[in-house]
Amino acid sequence: MTAQSALAAALQRQPPPAGGFSPAILRLEIRRLLRNRRTMILALILPVLFFWSIGLNNSYVHQRAGHGNVSAVEMISIALYGAVAATAACGAMVSIERASGWSRQLRVTPLSPTAYIVIKMLTSLVLAAGAVCAVYLLGAVTNKVSMPADLWVITGLCVWIGSLLFAAFGLFIGYLLPSENVMQIIGLALTLVCLAGGLFIPLSQFSPDLRTFAEFTPLYGLSQLVHYPLAGGTLEWIWILNLAVWLAIFVAGAAWRLRRDTARV
Amino acid sequence: MGKNPGSLARPTGRAMQIGRDDAERAALPGRQDCAVPPLAVDLRGVHKSFGSVQAVRGVALAIGSGEVMAFLGPNGAGKTSTIDMILGLSRPDAGAVEVYGMAPRQAVRKGLVSAVMQTGGLLKDLTVAETAQYTASLFAVSRPVGEVLERAGITAIAGRRVGRCSGGEQQRLRFAMALIPDPELLILDEPTQGMDVEGRRGFWQAIREDAASGRTIVFATHYLEEADAYADRIVLISKGQIVADGTAAEVKDLASGRTIRATLPGADKAALRAMPGADGVEVRGDTVLIHCGDSDAVARRLLNQTPARDLEITSRGLEDAFLALTGDAAAGPAGESQAAI
Repeated sequence: MTAQSALAAALQRQPPPAGGFSPAILRLEIRRLLRNRRTMILALILPVLFFWSIGLNNSYVHQRAGHGNVSAVEMISIALYGAVAATAACGAMVSIERASGWSRQLRVTPLSPTAYIVIKMLTSLVLAAGAVCAVYLLGAVTNKVSMPADLWVITGLCVWIGSLLFAAFGLFIGYLLPSENVMQIIGLALTLVCLAGGLFIPLSQFSPDLRTFAEFTPLYGLSQLVHYPLAGGTLEWIWILNLAVWLAIFVAGAAWRLRRDTARV
Repeated sequence: MGKNPGSLARPTGRAMQIGRDDAERAALPGRQDCAVPPLAVDLRGVHKSFGSVQAVRGVALAIGSGEVMAFLGPNGAGKTSTIDMILGLSRPDAGAVEVYGMAPRQAVRKGLVSAVMQTGGLLKDLTVAETAQYTASLFAVSRPVGEVLERAGITAIAGRRVGRCSGGEQQRLRFAMALIPDPELLILDEPTQGMDVEGRRGFWQAIREDAASGRTIVFATHYLEEADAYADRIVLISKGQIVADGTAAEVKDLASGRTIRATLPGADKAALRAMPGADGVEVRGDTVLIHCGDSDAVARRLLNQTPARDLEITSRGLEDAFLALTGDAAAGPAGESQAAI
């Protein structure tokens, strides 16, 4: 083939489908994730240790709550903590990728920003699934959690899907802040948000003022919703509103920063 | 290799705007005709500012298919800003950029153009082979990973984490990644910065072997020797403007001038500049430096008509020519640059 006909052939090339997204990318991203010790500790080891140390004591085991026992409530809480830590940390990894120039490098490939975000979301869902499974597995093998079988599945899925809220949070923070600080900030923010959302201490133990404040924090709605199948009672519209508003804030923030980023880099 | 009919005309008080002007370009047969390959890169009147900094100030540049072109200039001359626009990483404030007759981003999506970036752009926690696989999976069509690693000479370190690779190895990996879509146009931005002499030589060896396939290559550098040794065409850029454009041989001719150094208290810079044969004048205290095409004429006049003494005449190296073209002498406010050639 002459250089000319080679060029003519090359000009007929088509861009890849789906903005460059492929299962191969996802596989490599997951492999990368498994190598990241800090993220694995944050998302898998810590929740398991927390649940082990606080969720399984005998007073919880023998105390009823909704359709199960308090250990089941604790298990859902801690699984949610692990899942949001996982998704937030994964989302925030864009910060490291920006600082290293990797996202700039990706922009000289066919990968579209949307496909990139989808990859980040899916990767964080994989890690979140790991976090939920680890905590639920501990609950199952210790035989201390009492909850109907279908609720194991339902609450687990709710926690898993719900944790996407914090993938958006992680992306927002990841695009907003330089990489040196982002993990510390995410860690601190998560601890506060989980505390305010009642994941570590039940909201019933908060003072009335603090409780009112807690209802405006990002994990309140999601936490109430994922506990609802177990707790029963009435479904409060404020939970859904809380979740919807925070989701809108995080997604809008991430989209805003992403647009700025792609305009500049 | 297609040569650009770039000229090295002497400046006539204005910045040289070399490269084909629009009229000349319009006269080129069938630019839109499918039978004739489109230009690899076509920049027309491109401007780009960052805040108050004018990084690129009216660059017009046409790069034909198959050319190996060096983009030569000091740091901050606007090389990277221009390359970013060719790659679709940024958009010009004014002017037009086309790559193979299409928008840069579209050319990137089709795998027609790829780049070796200056620094960064790698993930430390992936291995060399994984990084290449990652890149390969993003393109519709890609060369086998093993083949590009071989081509870049990094097969032996395929299993190594990127974070443990030396600067030279990382640069070879960037090169391998750029080869993956088998691009028609390969852009290298300061590809050998921070490499030692041996690493540089090895890197260029790999590029050179690859260029034999007829790929269009554009590389930015501030090393004259690199531009001289590896490019068919050299485009000099300074302060966001193209100050010279020609073959390597033509640029070498720039070095044929001489520099006269003399002691001349109270020198009148404008008068010296006006002497026939003088191209550029620098005054440093009582010392004047005159860059000249005709050093004999200038020396005669200096000795006969001025109190100049201690004359030294030296031939100008390529380095001096480069500095003269891209240094402050060639800067000035837009439009009244005095390139000293």
